[in-house]
Amino acid sequence: MAKKKPKTVSDLTWKDLEVGNIVKEAGGASARKTGDWRTERPVLDKEKCTKCALCWLYCPDAAIKPTEEGYYEADLDYCKGCGICANICPVGAITMTQEEEQ
Amino acid sequence: MSKRVGLEASFAAAEAARMANVDVIAAYPITPQTHIPERLAEMVANGELEAAYIPVESEHSALSACLGSAAVGARTFTATAGQGLELMHEVVYVASSMRYPIVMTVCNRALSAPLSVWGDHSDAMAVRDTGWIQVFCQNNQEAFDMTLWAFRVGEDSRVLLPVMVHFDGFSLSHVTEPVILPEQEEVDRFLPKFQYAFALNPDKPMTHGAFGPPDIYSETKVAQEVALRKSKGVILQGWQEFGDVFGRYYDPVESYKIEGAKLLLLTMGSFSETAKAAIDTKKDSGESVGLINLRLWRPFPFEELRQAVKDAETLVVFDRCISFGGPVGPVCSEVRSALYNEKKRPAVVSFIGGLGGRDVSVKDFEYVIDRGREVAQKGSKELFEMVGIRGQVTGIRG
Ligand code: SF4
Ligand code: SF4
Repeated sequence: MAKKKPKTVSDLTWKDLEVGNIVKEAGGASARKTGDWRTERPVLDKEKCTKCALCWLYCPDAAIKPTEEGYYEADLDYCKGCGICANICPVGAITMTQEEEQ
Repeated sequence: MSKRVGLEASFAAAEAARMANVDVIAAYPITPQTHIPERLAEMVANGELEAAYIPVESEHSALSACLGSAAVGARTFTATAGQGLELMHEVVYVASSMRYPIVMTVCNRALSAPLSVWGDHSDAMAVRDTGWIQVFCQNNQEAFDMTLWAFRVGEDSRVLLPVMVHFDGFSLSHVTEPVILPEQEEVDRFLPKFQYAFALNPDKPMTHGAFGPPDIYSETKVAQEVALRKSKGVILQGWQEFGDVFGRYYDPVESYKIEGAKLLLLTMGSFSETAKAAIDTKKDSGESVGLINLRLWRPFPFEELRQAVKDAETLVVFDRCISFGGPVGPVCSEVRSALYNEKKRPAVVSFIGGLGGRDVSVKDFEYVIDRGREVAQKGSKELFEMVGIRGQVTGIRG
């Protein structure tokens, strides 16, 4: 419906919306950085981490991604700071630390 | 050949859903709607209708199941009444704003407390602003016709909105009248298959029901509002083509003997047939009266209403619901508002009655006409008058 693809939601007029506000692609939320209201961030201690991937499995936001070295690290663009990963980690490799005011 | 059979409105609606070849029915039984899901469940069980009948644990679930069904492009039907519609309320808004063309019969019923299973229009008025296309039926034939028509209009790719078909609990839902049933071939000619361009499909994932932060919510509401108003064209086209196939033509505003009438009475639903009898009696005794039956409730038929009442001096509106603490009956409020900017408009007088199954007779309507004329001429201290109440009603002041 939209003539040229607008960059953000704020560029859309009511005429640009699909019927019922359907978004024709899946996973559209990844285009919006949703981690900016986090108050605590998970910090990984690689010394302790056993690469078991439990944090990756449990993160409710799918914000934890495998790294090339085989570790699992939170993508802070999306991490909400809920602390579930720190809680589930069997070896205490993740510590929740206060976000500093930027 | 079409056939003429005796059917209560509930069975007429169920028959229409069967002939529309619905794919999914999700409904929870509630008086006076019970016969509709009962009959449809029977049809599915007997193999007369190839559809999924989803038994649910509440009306909230019934309409929620319907959302999912419509989202995959299935023709979807449900029915409810009174308290059931109230329990659904949250999902009623979701259906229209997600533009799912579900068809729902509402067997109009009063709202508790005190507990009442009998008819009035309180349930309908509580969902007035939910964004559905809404029509009121006068008789059982209309219950059949409007149900069939509702699928046609709602599912049209230019519309994609849910449609509510209202008919009065018990006085239509449980009363047997002659109904003309068409041939399946005629129905198929009138009602094409539902083809939904945005049907959910795992092979081509998309997002239905994304959230709407403040920077987009208002735009979504404007799009929805314009869509509902624009559906009027398809509504009219649908009735025209319905008439061309089945021989019965319908209007948003039905006029009965209004030519040159000084006083017009406006009613909705089955009461319109009783009111017609009162108009006949009055006309026989030389009075200048006529009736307007408001069939299309949403989108509101502004033009047709203005046209119908333009020469009248008095318009008496009969509501079956109280807008507690408000100006007049809810229908009267809207009618008045629709006429407010007209240079020449009739005096609009509000009556309320027929609550919780209370009968309103031909004699009562004759009284409403007489009293309405008197109020229009002399005025009244009360904002509206109640019909058939024991004890003088005072204190309804603005
Ligand atoms: S804090 Fe919560 S959101 Fe962030 S990575 Fe851990 S589990 Fe995921
Ligand atoms: S749960 Fe702990 S040990 Fe396992 S991968 Fe995550 S951080 Fe490493």
